[in-house]
Amino acid sequence: MRNIWTIAKREYDHYFISPIAYVVAFMILLTIGIIFAINIYFFMQNAFQSFGQTPDMSSLTGAFAFLLVLSVPALTMRLISDEARMGTLELLLTAPLRDFELVAGKWLGAFLFILTILAVTLVYPIILNSLVDPGIDQQLMMSSYLGVILVAAAFLALGVGISALFTNQVAAFFVTLSAFVFLWWLIGFPASVLQGSASEVLQYLDMKTHFYNALNVGNIKLADLVYFVSLIALGLFIGTTAVETRRWR
Amino acid sequence: MIQVNGLTKDYGARRAIANLTFDAEQGEIVGFLGPNGAGKTTTMRILTGYMPPTEGTATVAGYDVVEESLEVRKRVGYLPETVPLYTDMTALDYLKFMADLRHIPNSRERAYETLERVNLSDRADGYIGNFSKGMRQRMGLAQALIHRPEVLILDEPTIGLDPAQVVEMRSVIREIGKDRTVLLSTHILPEAQQICDRVLIINKGSIVAEDTPENLQSRLVGSQRVVLRVRGDSDGLTARIAKIKGVRDVEAKSDGSIEFEFAAGQDIRPQVAKAVIQGGYDLLEMRPIGLSLEEIFLELTRDNASGKKSS
Repeated sequence: MRNIWTIAKREYDHYFISPIAYVVAFMILLTIGIIFAINIYFFMQNAFQSFGQTPDMSSLTGAFAFLLVLSVPALTMRLISDEARMGTLELLLTAPLRDFELVAGKWLGAFLFILTILAVTLVYPIILNSLVDPGIDQQLMMSSYLGVILVAAAFLALGVGISALFTNQVAAFFVTLSAFVFLWWLIGFPASVLQGSASEVLQYLDMKTHFYNALNVGNIKLADLVYFVSLIALGLFIGTTAVETRRWR
Repeated sequence: MIQVNGLTKDYGARRAIANLTFDAEQGEIVGFLGPNGAGKTTTMRILTGYMPPTEGTATVAGYDVVEESLEVRKRVGYLPETVPLYTDMTALDYLKFMADLRHIPNSRERAYETLERVNLSDRADGYIGNFSKGMRQRMGLAQALIHRPEVLILDEPTIGLDPAQVVEMRSVIREIGKDRTVLLSTHILPEAQQICDRVLIINKGSIVAEDTPENLQSRLVGSQRVVLRVRGDSDGLTARIAKIKGVRDVEAKSDGSIEFEFAAGQDIRPQVAKAVIQGGYDLLEMRPIGLSLEEIFLELTRDNASGKKSS
């Protein structure tokens, strides 16, 4: 556990000197800010017509989750591939550190960075809460945030796993992006065309339904939580196996 | 401290090392000599727990490198050939990170002490990306030393350093080797002669010779070659030297110097010096020529080819 934390801390610190991390943080926060401003404007315009409809955070968290599809590959691409390229992987693999601890530490560092960005967006529910009487639905908000956190954790784990397969970070970026696009969008098309159990399996694998149709509308179900935790475990497993395989090459 | 038994490593169809067996005691500095691709780095990577061998066993400080890899890694300091550094970190932060990975209490103090040991404490807050090759090499050594390991494995520690840095690095290694086991690889025979207690010569994945540097040289050569230089004209000197008992193969070089050989163990240099002085020449220089690594290799591979394997 201590080793995981040591690796995570270095990775977290590294994001604050990395231009890509700043670009990602800027892109996410700017987009979320614009959406928030538009939302506020929209609700104020319709305040008298929209009977009983109070503004909530789900459009912001929904946008955040969507932005993760594009930004997580940029954050995870170099995590392990760059260590391999620079030769520092040899350092880590000869340190008294389990391969899993290395992969989990990398994942945790990136996860904490995303959580930091997410924490900045907490100003919006606070603002919204002060604007709306009697306040926003806090349970819905917490469910939405939990959803974003789980999507981020799952994407990051897959990203770290894919990064461990490559020595070139650009290759890692595109493979990670393709995997996310597949999980987030493409998998939905065959799921809607096919019938029977094949369709059910594909539907279960479709990540956006676990988020948009469940957590982001305040519906916390065990099946969705299991889905995300399984993806995290899968990503970390791929990463650990890939690092182990490097030893045999 | 290090025990290697029948170690073999295959990369696909290529055999990098074949049936390697050797050991190293505590307080011993063992040199690993060989050309590129001889299997030095592969052996070191197996000993540091980086990769498992295909066959054979190796123990470091009593722990098996495969079964008890983490215990081995706790006790080994390793400087790989390409010095693994995070160029975006400062020297102190980097060493603190390495110390934290090894669970050293007061990691910042230990990092600073280690920087002092490799003479980099004045650059503690400098970014490694701005360091020269020599400084990076010393940073690499620092990370290998940070946990005061029982065994130190150094892959080409002096490569790419300027002469002053080479001297400094060698003295640091000798200092460390007083109470620890050091295994280092090198291309350079004089380096092995200066630092190592024992030398293993490895070629094409096998150990072809193992001895102290001095024994290795005299055993392989069987004779000592000397170059001699006098002031001005050396006419007639060649014949004069050739007459001395024990001198063989006298040769006048185009630059005016003279080379000759004598059998190892019967040093006839005093007689030669007398003969030069009595002949009225001014003796400027008389110096033994060591065999280069390349020559030793040629010697060893010739032995192998004719079936008289020396080991």
